[in-house]
Amino acid sequence: MINIEEYISSGILELYVAGALSPQEEVEVTALVNQHPELQQEVEEIEAALLQLSAAASPGVNQESFSAIQKLLRETKVVALPSATSSSTKTTAFIGWAAAILALVGLFFIYQENQALESQLSDQLDEKERLQDSIQVAAKQLEELKIYTNAIRREETVKVKLAGQAVSPTSVATVHWDKKENKVYIDASGLPEPPPGKVYQVWSLKLEPLTPTSIGLLDDFASDDNKVFILPNANTSEAFGITLEPAGGSDAPTMEQLYTLGAV
Amino acid sequence: MQPDLLITQLQDKNEKAFRRIYEMYSENVLGIIQTIVRDAELAEEVMQDVFIKVWNNATSYDASKGRFFTWILNIARNAAIDKTRSKAYKNKKQNHQASFFVDILEAKDSFVAKVDAIGIKKYIGKLKPVCKEIIELIFFKGYTHKETAEALTMPLGTVKTRNRNCIKELRAALNLT
Repeated sequence: MINIEEYISSGILELYVAGALSPQEEVEVTALVNQHPELQQEVEEIEAALLQLSAAASPGVNQESFSAIQKLLRETKVVALPSATSSSTKTTAFIGWAAAILALVGLFFIYQENQALESQLSDQLDEKERLQDSIQVAAKQLEELKIYTNAIRREETVKVKLAGQAVSPTSVATVHWDKKENKVYIDASGLPEPPPGKVYQVWSLKLEPLTPTSIGLLDDFASDDNKVFILPNANTSEAFGITLEPAGGSDAPTMEQLYTLGAV
Repeated sequence: MQPDLLITQLQDKNEKAFRRIYEMYSENVLGIIQTIVRDAELAEEVMQDVFIKVWNNATSYDASKGRFFTWILNIARNAAIDKTRSKAYKNKKQNHQASFFVDILEAKDSFVAKVDAIGIKKYIGKLKPVCKEIIELIFFKGYTHKETAEALTMPLGTVKTRNRNCIKELRAALNLT
């Protein structure tokens, strides 16, 4: 038998109502309260005071709140109902489809990105090839210039200046004839670019009587930056001339189109 | 008086009983939540969640383990504390300053209908500083008396008796003796 007065004045009932006791203590206090009307009375009064205190702190419950709660409860109920499995399956299916579509969209973007990168890579490879080509061209031209320089420096090389003729008075050209190697090195930088479908043809000339012998064409004139051409010449040339001929060259020079001429 | 019949009906999913329980306790629940979250709009949201929990978990209340009010009180405090830990709350309340329930009561000039406004005002007027702290922690924040003793560096027995005296004064002011 407990001392009711002491029990009340210990303050345990206030802690009990406020929920500050352990679950074990709560069970014990509940049992005692149920046995003793004095404790019951005390607990009710403590609770009444705390109900007042907590309600005093309330900013005032919104009139709409209870219907909001009912609405929320109805929404949760629908999901919980067994007959709602089909709707939940539908939701799952929808989520599945949505995920699949998202994944497809993602894949499509990745595919596009890949295409763009591939095209970029292909452009880069083209650019690399183009650069390699131009390096090769430059190297070839450099090699040509070296050969030309070496050739014109040699003692046995004869330098023949070709002067502009009636059709093109401002044209000039130089023929360096390496008699030992039987080659001519032609500096054609003083000639205008031939019109389309036309080509310069170089002639070795014997003067008495005038006998022209073709020694070759200045092929790819426009694209040759050096404008240096190397042609074989085993003739006993007395003069050199350059005429403008139809593409592929002619058997005999077209004298009206004689651009430059010079005697050895 | 504890509404035992209503509680049993609530546990049987009686919507009318639920409505009565709501009418009986919603202001108390909202008051408790308000002292913790300090935002009327958020407090209302949490209060609605609390009553949804009351409806869904009514059968977990066991009368042999404590008072129904204490059971609801625990749900309300936990829900409110959870809310204060949410990111949304922290973003909204960046400059939130801790204050006592008394500050809320002192700032008020009107109370909800079921409150004895005169009694409460009288009580606040002569509330001792130690009572402000003890009631705040034990009743509004849900500290155990051991936690309260540690927080206020007081012996356990002192917390118990002081808490009793603080509530006794409240009862006196409200004529609940």
